[in-house]
Amino acid sequence: MGNKISRRQLIKDGGKTLLGGIFILSVPSLLRSFTRTEEPPNPAAAAQLDQRDWETRYWGFICDTEKCIGCGRCVVACKLENKVPWEPEYNRTWVERYIFTMDGEVFVDSPNAGRDGFTAEPMNLKYQNLDVSKSFFVPKLCNQCDNPPCVTVCPVNATYRTEDGVVLIDQEHCIGCRYCIQACPYGARYVLPEASSTHFGQVRVVDKCTWCYHRISKGLLPACVEICPVGARVFGDLRDPDSPVRKMLSEKRVYVLKPTLGTEPKVYYVGFEKGVQ
Amino acid sequence: MEGFIYPNEGVVEWDLLITIYPFITGLVAGAFVVSSLYHVFGMKSLKPVARFSLITALAFLLVTPLPLIVHLGHQERGLEMFLTPNFTSAMSAFGYIWLMYLLLVLGEVWLIFRPDIVRYALSSQGIKKTIYSVLALGVYDVSEEALSIDRKLIKALAAIGVPAAFLLHGYVGFIFGAVKANPWWSTSLMPVIFLMSAVVSGIALLIGMYIVVAKIRRMPLDHGCLRSMTLWLWGFLSLDLVLEGLEVFTMLYESEESWGIVHQLITEKIAVSYLGIQFVLGSVLPLLIIGFIELSGLKENIKTPFRFVSAFLVVAGVFAMRWNVVIGGQLLSKSLRGFISYTPPLLGLDGILVAAAIMTLPFIAFFILSHLLPPWPEETRVGERKTLSFQQW
Repeated sequence: MGNKISRRQLIKDGGKTLLGGIFILSVPSLLRSFTRTEEPPNPAAAAQLDQRDWETRYWGFICDTEKCIGCGRCVVACKLENKVPWEPEYNRTWVERYIFTMDGEVFVDSPNAGRDGFTAEPMNLKYQNLDVSKSFFVPKLCNQCDNPPCVTVCPVNATYRTEDGVVLIDQEHCIGCRYCIQACPYGARYVLPEASSTHFGQVRVVDKCTWCYHRISKGLLPACVEICPVGARVFGDLRDPDSPVRKMLSEKRVYVLKPTLGTEPKVYYVGFEKGVQ
Repeated sequence: MEGFIYPNEGVVEWDLLITIYPFITGLVAGAFVVSSLYHVFGMKSLKPVARFSLITALAFLLVTPLPLIVHLGHQERGLEMFLTPNFTSAMSAFGYIWLMYLLLVLGEVWLIFRPDIVRYALSSQGIKKTIYSVLALGVYDVSEEALSIDRKLIKALAAIGVPAAFLLHGYVGFIFGAVKANPWWSTSLMPVIFLMSAVVSGIALLIGMYIVVAKIRRMPLDHGCLRSMTLWLWGFLSLDLVLEGLEVFTMLYESEESWGIVHQLITEKIAVSYLGIQFVLGSVLPLLIIGFIELSGLKENIKTPFRFVSAFLVVAGVFAMRWNVVIGGQLLSKSLRGFISYTPPLLGLDGILVAAAIMTLPFIAFFILSHLLPPWPEETRVGERKTLSFQQW
C-alpha cells in the first residue's frame, strides 16, 4: 500500500484529534461558566444553611380528602408563591372533584384545575339527574417519589432527588426534551411557556412542584399547606416522631396513587377511594 | 379533549417531529439490513441494490438527529446529552449509538466505494479532482491485494453493522416501551416491534426508490433482485404483523385496568390510522398482494407496479404505526379517564411544513451522495464516466 502511516504517526495524529475534539466539545460549558454572574450569597443565611444537616430530614406530605372543601386556595397560593403561569394548563398543584353515583359510575372534573374553586360549576347543575352516592375533592401535587421515573429518564441529569427526598429540576440545565413528562404517571410536570416569568427566568423547560423547597429549607411550610383553611394538607419530616405527618401516619390508614407502578410516592392520601387515579 | 384529563396534560408534548424520528431511524436500519444481506450473508440476488441501499442508509442516517434537536425546548443545550449524560436514561444513549453507527456506515461506504473514488480522483480535473482526492484520504492503493483486505473489512463492518442497526432501532423502541406510566407504550415487545417494522419500512423504501430511480435513469430493472427484496419484505412483514397483533391481543386477554381506555383508543380515537392504515392497508393488503403476485405466473414487468404499490402501502403503514405509537400514546390521559385531541399545526417548528421539509432532506442527501458516489451497478451506469472526466481513464 502507498502512503503507509507508521504506528507512531497514527498515535500522534490520533492524540491530536482527540484533544481537539475534547476542546471543541467543552466550549459550551466554558462559555456558560464565563457568562454566569453569581451574586455573593447572604453570609448569615449561608452560615445558617451550612449548619443544617440535609441528611437528617426526610420530607413527607399528606392530603386528607375527608377534609378538603375544594376552595382552590392552595392552587392560587402555589401560583403566586412559585410564579406558576396563571392559565389553568400550568399547575404545580391542582384539585380534582370525584362524584360517585349509586349505579357505580364515576365522574371526575377539575374546572380551571380547581384554581377558582368549584362553586361556579356546582355538581347538581353540571351533572343533572345524577343519583349521587358520594362526592369529594382530591388535591394533587408532585408525589416526590422515592423511586422517581422522571429522574431515571432525564438524559442530562437535570432532574434529581435531594438527600431530604425532594425531586428538583435544574432549569438552567434542562434541555426541554420532555421525556420526564412522559415518564411521570401523575401528570405533575409541564413545560414553562415562552412568556413565563419564573424565579430562574427560564422558558421552554420543565417545571413541577418542589414542595416549596425554598420555603421548607428555611423551616417554613409549603405555600399550599400554609394557606389551606381546613388542614387538608399536612407536611413534615418523616424522620421526626413529633412531626404532624408522622403522627397522622401512625393514626390513620393511608394510600398512595398508582402504587403498582413501584414509584413509591411520598404524598399519602387519607380517605382514599377505588377509582381515584 | 374528552372525559377527564390531568390539567397539565392538555398538550401533546412529543409531536410530529418525534413521530418522524423513529420513522427515519427505521428506514436507516432497514436499508442497512438489505445491504448486509448481500455483504454478510452473501445474498447474490441483492447485489444490484447493495451499494444503493448503503447510500440510502447513509442519507437517512445523516438526518436522524435533526428532528430530535429541533424538538428540544433548548436546542443550544443539545450537546449536554454528550457532556452530562445520565446513563440510566434510555435517551442519553442516542448520541453515542448514533455516532458509533455513523462512523461504521461511513467506514463501510468508504471501503466499498474506494476503488471508484481512486478512479475518479485520478481521472478528473479541477474541483472534482480535489473533492475525490480528499475523499480518497491519501490511500490510492487499489491493487488486488489491498482490495481483498478491503473486502474482509467490509464484511466485518457489515457484520457489526447488523447488530448495531438493531441496537439503534431497538433502542428507539425501548424509549417508548420502558415508560411504565403509559399503558399503550409499556410493553417489552415494543423494541422488537419497532425493529421489525424498521426492517420492513427500509426494504419497502428501497423497492420503491429502486423502481423510481430505474425509471428516471432509464436503467433496466433487475427483476430477480426486486423479487428477492419483495420476498424479504413479505417475510419480515408477516413477523411484524404477528408481533403487533400479539401485543394488542395480550392486552385484551389480560384485560388490566387500562384495557378499557386502550380499547377506546384503538377503536375510536386512532381507528383510521391504526385499524385502517397500519393494520389493513399497511400490513394485510400488501401481504395479500405480494403473496398473490409472487405465486402467480404473471410477467415480471407486470408484477413491478404491484410490487411498487405494496412497497408504498407498507411505508405508509409503518409511518401510521409510528404515529399511532407516538401520538396515540399521548392521546390517552394517564388518569385513564379521558383523551387529549391533537391535530398537527401547519406552521411553526412543530408543524407539518417543518416535518415535511425534514423528511425531504434524506432524499436531497441521497441525490448529492449518489452523484458523488454513483452506486449503480457497472453495466447499467449510463454516461456517468463522461460527465466525471474529460479523458477516458
